[in-house]
Amino acid sequence: MNKTSTSQWYQVWVRFRKNKSAILGMVIFILLVIIALISPMIYDYNTDIVTQNLRNRLQPPTSEHPLGTDAFGRDVFARIAYGARVSLLIGFIVVGASLVIGGFIGAIAGYFGGILDNVLMRIMDVFLAIPQILLAIAVVAALGPGITNLIIALTISMIPAYARLLRSLILPLKDAEYVEAAKASGTNTWKIIFGHLLPNAMGPLIVNSTLAVGKTIVSAAGMSFLGLGISPPNPEWGAMLSEGKEYIRYAPNLVLYPGMAIMLAVLSLNLLGDGLNDALDPRLKQ
Amino acid sequence: MDNHMLLELKDLEVVYQTDFENVYALNKVTLSLNAGETLGLVGETGAGKTTTALSILKLLPKNIGKITGGSIMFDGVDIVKATEGEMRKIRGNKISMIFQDPMTSLNPVIPVGEQIAESLELHNTQGRTAAEIEQRVDQMLELVGISPNRKTDFPHQFSGGMKQRVVIAIALACDPALLIADEPTTALDVTIQAQVLAMMGELKEKLNTSLILITHDLGIVAQICDKVAVMYAGEIIESGTMEDVFSRIENHPYTVGLFGSIPNLEVSTLRLAPINGLMPDPTDLPKGCKFHPRCPKCMDICKTESPRVYETGTHQIMCHLFTQEGNVIQ
Repeated sequence: MNKTSTSQWYQVWVRFRKNKSAILGMVIFILLVIIALISPMIYDYNTDIVTQNLRNRLQPPTSEHPLGTDAFGRDVFARIAYGARVSLLIGFIVVGASLVIGGFIGAIAGYFGGILDNVLMRIMDVFLAIPQILLAIAVVAALGPGITNLIIALTISMIPAYARLLRSLILPLKDAEYVEAAKASGTNTWKIIFGHLLPNAMGPLIVNSTLAVGKTIVSAAGMSFLGLGISPPNPEWGAMLSEGKEYIRYAPNLVLYPGMAIMLAVLSLNLLGDGLNDALDPRLKQ
Repeated sequence: MDNHMLLELKDLEVVYQTDFENVYALNKVTLSLNAGETLGLVGETGAGKTTTALSILKLLPKNIGKITGGSIMFDGVDIVKATEGEMRKIRGNKISMIFQDPMTSLNPVIPVGEQIAESLELHNTQGRTAAEIEQRVDQMLELVGISPNRKTDFPHQFSGGMKQRVVIAIALACDPALLIADEPTTALDVTIQAQVLAMMGELKEKLNTSLILITHDLGIVAQICDKVAVMYAGEIIESGTMEDVFSRIENHPYTVGLFGSIPNLEVSTLRLAPINGLMPDPTDLPKGCKFHPRCPKCMDICKTESPRVYETGTHQIMCHLFTQEGNVIQ
């Protein structure tokens, strides 16, 4: 009996796995997640990640330090592995929170229309008028740096995009006959929006969110690079880049590896998102 | 069988108001339906059949559709005055509606079993447990001739006829007193149409549900209806029992025209006799009888005065042809 109920997702998987680059993206992404998950088991945060060991500074890669050490003698690989935790956490929390908040605003604006739609979307337009990164910088400048404030800043800057997306997804769906049928069977408005319309909008949402996680990781790294995100000595890819830039002539590995980590994370998420996009929408296959 | 009056529409008037014009969709529609009866609502596209159905459920398009006069009494409840909350308890529970196109009236991403369960969960007045709801879903699917182990399937895995069966299962799940079927078989081919109609007739008998069948096919009406009401330009121009209308002793000229448009297997004709012309523009209805511009028996009086209702027994005709001689009511 379960065979038929999962067949829709099974079909998606069949289409997805034909796409080589999407599989590559998925493998890289899963590796990153595994690294992020097991890094605390291998390295101790206090002794390996943040404690300075100046005798060991700027070491080239050795068997003990596979990617060398930084200007304070800390293992680069360990810091990148820990940085993956921070980056992925920020990426998922920000996308999740802005999806919920922005999605809710967009869904009710799209469904109810009229004045509510106008008021909500004009407010969103105000936010959209400010470049995303500038808005995030302004919020962090007001709240002060730190991981929580960074998450809040990035969430606020991403909410309008989701409000727009959800609204545009709900608009063509709300006049479907099954919505009228649901009304005729006494379903209340919230159930119609979140029980009937949202599942129909799921495909584009999943794709968009995958891509948005990558985008958020870049934004977070950018903010940290500017000194507005994660503050030292905590490991974060953008912050590591920022610290490493002073030694770029003597030890380019300090910027190379965190940069590659950012690139791999974003690339894998983009490949994954593109693959999901093709797999979820059978019309694009032909 | 309990034969009390279930639904009564009296002088119902509905207007669709837009910024540019007023569309007079229903003009003094009077209808009644007893428990267990089947009423066929017949008419051309745009006659107001669907508007009548939506008014009964109070689902007229928001801000545009307005009930401007008359009353709708359903089982002792005044629908016109009922609040949205009260209506929600009636919809799907006491009055169900089947929509025209089963392809689009099922949600494509929800398994059919869940869609049947949904209205049961919404109107769970009997306090059914989750297991009992599941059981009821199985029972409903069996009732409409679908194997219960297909309840986890999605709508796209069913054929059109089976989808309409699912829609019927949803509509009947809560044992409604009244079922409104808005052209339930229009989107289906003829053989499936016959099956679905036969099944609806059977289920109606079994469950003692009243049925309003909206159609433009007199053949379907003859097949399963007890009563017939013919609509034209937002008015009911003829109503009566099936025998009254189909015996064709006295009919409104419009009904005569409808009969003339049906091919007859026994008589050889080269051409069918359609009704000439089109429905009048509902924003600008003609004076007098609304059918007079198309009526083959139009008289002078028809152009100026609205006809009154001529009544013999259960048969009512709104036409000057009959009221001149006969038993006028009102």
